[in-house]
Amino acid sequence: MSIISDVIESTKAIIKGMGVTLSYIPKEKWTVEYPDEPVTMQPRYRGQHLLHVDELGREKCVACFLCAAACPSECIYIIAADDPRPAEERTGVEERYARVYNIDYGRCIFCGYCVEACPKDAITHGYNFELSVYSRADLLKTKDDLLITKQLQSPNYRVAYSDEDVNSEYKEV
Amino acid sequence: METITQVALQFLAITVAFTVVLMIVAYTVLAERRVLGFIQGRLGPNRVGPFGLFQPFADLLKFILKEEIVPDKSTKFVYFLAPMIAIIAALMPMIVYPFGPAINLPFIGSITLVIARFDVALLYVLGITSVGVYGIMLAGWSSNSKYSLMGGLRSSAQLISYELSLGLSLIGVILVSGTLDLYSIVEQQGGYWFYVIPRWNIFPQIIGFIIYLISAIAETNRVPFDLPEAETELVAGFHTEYSALKFALFFMAEYVNMFTVSMLATTLFLGGWQGPGVAQFPILGVFWFLIKVAFFLFLYIWLRGTLPRFRFDQLMNFGWKFLLPVAILNIFLTATAVFIGTIYGWW
Repeated sequence: MSIISDVIESTKAIIKGMGVTLSYIPKEKWTVEYPDEPVTMQPRYRGQHLLHVDELGREKCVACFLCAAACPSECIYIIAADDPRPAEERTGVEERYARVYNIDYGRCIFCGYCVEACPKDAITHGYNFELSVYSRADLLKTKDDLLITKQLQSPNYRVAYSDEDVNSEYKEV
Repeated sequence: METITQVALQFLAITVAFTVVLMIVAYTVLAERRVLGFIQGRLGPNRVGPFGLFQPFADLLKFILKEEIVPDKSTKFVYFLAPMIAIIAALMPMIVYPFGPAINLPFIGSITLVIARFDVALLYVLGITSVGVYGIMLAGWSSNSKYSLMGGLRSSAQLISYELSLGLSLIGVILVSGTLDLYSIVEQQGGYWFYVIPRWNIFPQIIGFIIYLISAIAETNRVPFDLPEAETELVAGFHTEYSALKFALFFMAEYVNMFTVSMLATTLFLGGWQGPGVAQFPILGVFWFLIKVAFFLFLYIWLRGTLPRFRFDQLMNFGWKFLLPVAILNIFLTATAVFIGTIYGWW
């Protein structure tokens, strides 16, 4: 009578499986309706870079080229310059600063090595993931796009486990 | 004059029925995508119109506007013929299903909601649905692609094996009802046993019903019997080389077939348009009919969301070594019961 018990067993298995799938129909969905609802980013998400500034609004970057050296896809381009003015009027924290700081997002692989390499915590990953552009040239982001003071919080995402929005996080840096 | 009115009415009925069926089929596709999404924790397409209700039209527009690609070394005539056979064979059985009882319409008078009522309706349905396999087989062969050919071969092998148990599972119903006319079969299923159980054929014919259900899934090439178009093995099986509207025809044929077998199951086993209130308001019959069909369609989608695909040898073993003997056993049991019943005058 093995065939009958086989039939009963497999019928039971199918009914159990169908019960599982049916129970998933009313459950909450994982889909985020992205442009209508904000996406919740994880705190360690690696999005578009942020170039940080100190309390006085001076750039932290000292143009040491460590990030460019660490970059596996060679997408960081820096031109260093000296700023001889007194400390309060300078662009950067130190005398030496990056006159040009470009990241080519056509090449960047978002590995985070530049962030690890930075001795001054001048560059970190932000949360902005909306990097699509209509022209390939627009993928080259300059200091104007990357500086933390120049970046605007998009309403399309928020960061998980924090009640503050990312804009306020920018300001406290 | 009489004939012209008759022909015009018939033509109108066919047009209405086909339009309604194709609309239902279009929304079955949407329902399938939404329900599968819900089963998998997604939302499914919901951006076109409210709840994605205009998605079928967007899909249709896309199919029409897509580029038509014809393989260079295909057999052109057969290649173009195959999707036509598939869709025509899928739509043709639609005319014999009783959608509802006789209803009174203003100006026209009393009409029965069945386009063509004839004595061998069930045989006609089985015959025409078998022609559908030609569409698939010819598509697979004429595309001149190995995956298409594999898909076509598998499909014909599968359809032949399961057509057999499908036909045998229906013999039980024919024995019980004593007719091949679908309208009479539905009419016989009116009323109740012991005032509670509806006199549907599913209760005396539960084995036949289960066999029918399984072989119907195999007939329509649906999961878990979707070997002819197994994506992971054969790209898309017999319609790999088809694009644009020709692909849409195959796609539509699959869903129309699904609808057809659901309607046949409803008609033969679940009492067609029979249901509470039909005697007073005959138009309710259409509602009950569509509700029952919708249940089967949901079952199909539900199964697709649950079960993995069979292996080919499992499919063949299951069809020939399990379904077929059980179907024959069912015929034997039914025939015995009917014979004894006739002697003692139960019916």
